[in-house]
Amino acid sequence: MVIRIIKNFFKRMFSEIFGKKKNVSLGFYGPPNAGKTSLANKICKDWTGEEIGKVSRIPHETREVQFKEQVDIKYKDKNLIFKLIDTPGIATKIDYEDFMKFKIKKKEAQKRAKEATHGIIESIEWLDDVDAVVIVIDATENPYSQVNITIIGNLVARKIPVLIVANKTDLKTADLKKVEAAFPEYEVVGISAKYGTNMEEFYESLFRLAGKVKRR
Amino acid sequence: MSKKIQGLTIQFMPYSEIEALKSGDRIKKILDIILDNKLVVIQGKLKSEEEARLIEDTMALVGRIKGFKGVELAVISPDVKKRDVLSNLRHNLANALVGNTEALTVIGPASIIKEMKKDPRKLEIIQKR
Repeated sequence: MVIRIIKNFFKRMFSEIFGKKKNVSLGFYGPPNAGKTSLANKICKDWTGEEIGKVSRIPHETREVQFKEQVDIKYKDKNLIFKLIDTPGIATKIDYEDFMKFKIKKKEAQKRAKEATHGIIESIEWLDDVDAVVIVIDATENPYSQVNITIIGNLVARKIPVLIVANKTDLKTADLKKVEAAFPEYEVVGISAKYGTNMEEFYESLFRLAGKVKRR
Repeated sequence: MSKKIQGLTIQFMPYSEIEALKSGDRIKKILDIILDNKLVVIQGKLKSEEEARLIEDTMALVGRIKGFKGVELAVISPDVKKRDVLSNLRHNLANALVGNTEALTVIGPASIIKEMKKDPRKLEIIQKR
């Protein structure tokens, strides 16, 4: 019995030291227009000087999965290499007429809608290929949306560690407490990706998240 | 001239109706009702993987079926934190035996349902004009 306890202790200790992944595939997931690309851009700019993709006020601007390999992030005395995977926003409905409200012509709106539906499918398929996920939620919106719950449920089922980012805290209607209340079992960090507010706390949480990633 | 008020049909789906079905068949059954422009209220909840599959299958249908814009989806469940240990144990056992039948899943066509607002145990369904 005692031998088994000691054996388990050393097994756990060695897996803690050697079992962690050095190169982490980090997915950015969430509903459309929550600021996934803005956050991924901020990280990329901070550590590579380049951006990952274009941002827009029009929903579904990201309609294909975008990557940035070998993003070497340093925090305090540690450093980790990430592959950033920026995914199209997940939604349960797409209406091309919604794009026309942004003065986009019908044909182009229909094309965007088609691409957006493919993007959503691609996002879901990528759930199997990420080591950890940052779920980006618009802190001015109702956090109890089923899309958020579905994404988290799928990550939990796959045993993928999750960090929730409540973005757009620079806006008056942002409600960080409501996001925290909606997801009491998860770490929630409030940031403004647009202005780079509270990124220090974000990086601290990101390293904690990466620490939960085991070799798969 | 006054605009005709559009009716909304709600179809109830007891858990027993989908219990024995495979995931793909469950989703097909649900989507068939949605494509018939009805709102479906399911006793219980789908597995997370099934919800993701429902979104994937829905997206595959958008643009392929005329007028179909996707779905609005919400799940309401009882507050498990308010239960004592014994009650929790009893419910977990019941869920393991007969499936999670405590929650209610509401799914409707996005062409009729504008929004479902959950906050968190109250569900407001806003219909399109």
